[in-house]
Amino acid sequence: MLTVTIDNHTIEVEEGTTILQAARLIGGDVVPPAMCYYSKLKGSGGKCRTCLVKVSQSSAKDPRPMPKLVASCRTPVVDGMVVQNKTSQEVLDARKAIVEFLLINHPLDCPVCDQAGECDLQNLSFDNGKEETRYEESKREFEVIDIGEQIKLHMNRCILCYRCIYTVDQLTEKRVHGVLYRGDVSEISTYIKNEINNDFSGNIIDVCPVGALTDKTFRFKNRVWFLKAMDAHRACTKCSGKVTAWMRGEEIYRITGRKDKYGELEEFICNECRFEKKEPKDWTIEGPRAIQRYSVISQNHYTNTKTPSVILPLEERMIKQEDYKRNRKNNFNN
Amino acid sequence: MTEEKKTYTFTTRSKVVSNKKMTFMEKIYFPAIIKGMLITFSHLFKKKTTIQYPEVKRNIAEIYRGKHVLKRDDEGRERCTACGLCALSCPAEAITMIAAERKADEMHLYREEKYAKVYEINMLRCIFCGLCEEACPKEAIFLTNEIVPSNYERENFIYGKDKLVEPMDKDKRIDISKRQTTAVLEFKKDKNQSHNN
Repeated sequence: MLTVTIDNHTIEVEEGTTILQAARLIGGDVVPPAMCYYSKLKGSGGKCRTCLVKVSQSSAKDPRPMPKLVASCRTPVVDGMVVQNKTSQEVLDARKAIVEFLLINHPLDCPVCDQAGECDLQNLSFDNGKEETRYEESKREFEVIDIGEQIKLHMNRCILCYRCIYTVDQLTEKRVHGVLYRGDVSEISTYIKNEINNDFSGNIIDVCPVGALTDKTFRFKNRVWFLKAMDAHRACTKCSGKVTAWMRGEEIYRITGRKDKYGELEEFICNECRFEKKEPKDWTIEGPRAIQRYSVISQNHYTNTKTPSVILPLEERMIKQEDYKRNRKNNFNN
Repeated sequence: MTEEKKTYTFTTRSKVVSNKKMTFMEKIYFPAIIKGMLITFSHLFKKKTTIQYPEVKRNIAEIYRGKHVLKRDDEGRERCTACGLCALSCPAEAITMIAAERKADEMHLYREEKYAKVYEINMLRCIFCGLCEEACPKEAIFLTNEIVPSNYERENFIYGKDKLVEPMDKDKRIDISKRQTTAVLEFKKDKNQSHNN
C-alpha cells in the first residue's frame, strides 16, 4: 500500500492507482475535474489537461516537487507523494487557462444545444472559467452531420476528448469512426459517410462530455431541466436494462444510462433500450433519481410523474376533514 | 407630584374609550351632519382623480412592465431559440414552449437552428416581474408598456405566438429601446458574443 496526501487528506491506495483515482477515493472538493478521463474506458485520459495538479513532494525518498504540473489522471501514485489541487493557486490559474483553451473553438450555442444543463464543459467553465472571452478570431466551423440513424454530430462543439472512440473500440465489434486529420483541423468523423449502428454505439452520446454527440430521437424535444429523471429497468437480453428515464408527466422523452457523480455511466446500455423503448409500459419505474442539488436539473418542480389532483371532490374533502378532527380528538384523549 | 394613572394600549392608534355625557349640540347631530356634507360638496369643485379609462389613458412609465413581446432581429428573423431559460426563471410558471428544428427553407424566419414552434404565456399566471426578460440570452423577450386587455374567457389569456411576436413590418415593430438597461447595452458591445449584431 502507498500513502498519498492530496490537499491535506491522507489515504492509502494500492499500487498502480493514479492521483485522480486516489482523489476520487477521498471524494469531495479534492477531486480534480476531468473532461477526457473515463474510469470505465481503458486508455482514456491525458488529453484535456483539466485535471492538472501540483505535486509538491514527489515521494518519501525524494522530497523535491515535480517541475511541472502533472495530469492527475495519468500519473501513478508514489509512496509519500504530496499533491495539491484546490490548495494551490498555481493549479487554479492553470485550470482557468485550460478552460479558456477548451472554449477557444467551442461555440456559444448553449441555448440551442441539447446537452445544456448536463454538460461537463458548462459546469467546468462555471466553476473554473472566466466570464468573458478574449478570443477574437473566428472559430472553426463544421457542418452538422448524422453519424448513424440515431446520432447527430455537431463537430463545432467537440473538444476532442477521444472518449467516444474508446467507447466504440471497447464495447462494440467494429469501429467506423475516428479522429481524422491533425492539430486544430482534426475532426471526428466516419470514413466516407459510414454509419455507426452497433448495438452499444448509443453510449457515445452519454460518454460525450459536451453536446457534440446528441440523441436524434430527443433532438430539440425538451430541455433537460424540465424533465424528471426516473430510475427505470426492464428485462433486456443485451444489457442490464437499468436506465434513467427522463419523463415529463407520463411521457418518456429519452432514455440514458445511469450516471454517477462524476458524470460516468454506471453501466453501458444497448441501443434498443436507449432509442426504441419510449413507452412507459416498456419500463418498470423505480422512482426519482437523486440529482445533485447544485445541478440545474434539480430546478424542475416535478416531484412525481402523476398529475396531482388539485381539487378533491367535495365529499372526499369533507370526509378527510372529519377524519382529521376525530384523530386530533383521540390524540388529546389519549 | 401625583402620579397619573397610566393606561396601557397595545398599539399607538387605539383610543381610550370614555363614556362622558354628550352636550346638547352633540346630541342633535345636525352640526355634525352639515359638517360632513360640506366636505362632500367641496369635492364637487376639486380636480377629479379618476379618468374615463378606455377613452383617456393615464401616462405610464416608459419602463413599465406590461404585455410581453417576442422581438425579431433587423432582418426580420425571430430571435427566440426556445432555450427555456425564461420558463425556468419564471416564478409563476406562466411560460411554456415547444421547440422545433429550422428547415432549410426557413432560414429567413428564424435566427437559430432551433426555434419555438409554440410559445405560450398565461397572462393570468404572469406576475409581470420581468425575470424572463432578464434571463433571455438572445434578447428575444421584452416586456412593453402595453397593458394586457381584459377578457371574458380564461382561455383568451393564454397568449400564443400570434399575439406575442412583433410584426414583420419595420414600421410596426415595437420599440423597447427604453428598456435596454446599461447592463444589456454593455453586453451588446461585446462583439465576441456571436448572437449580437
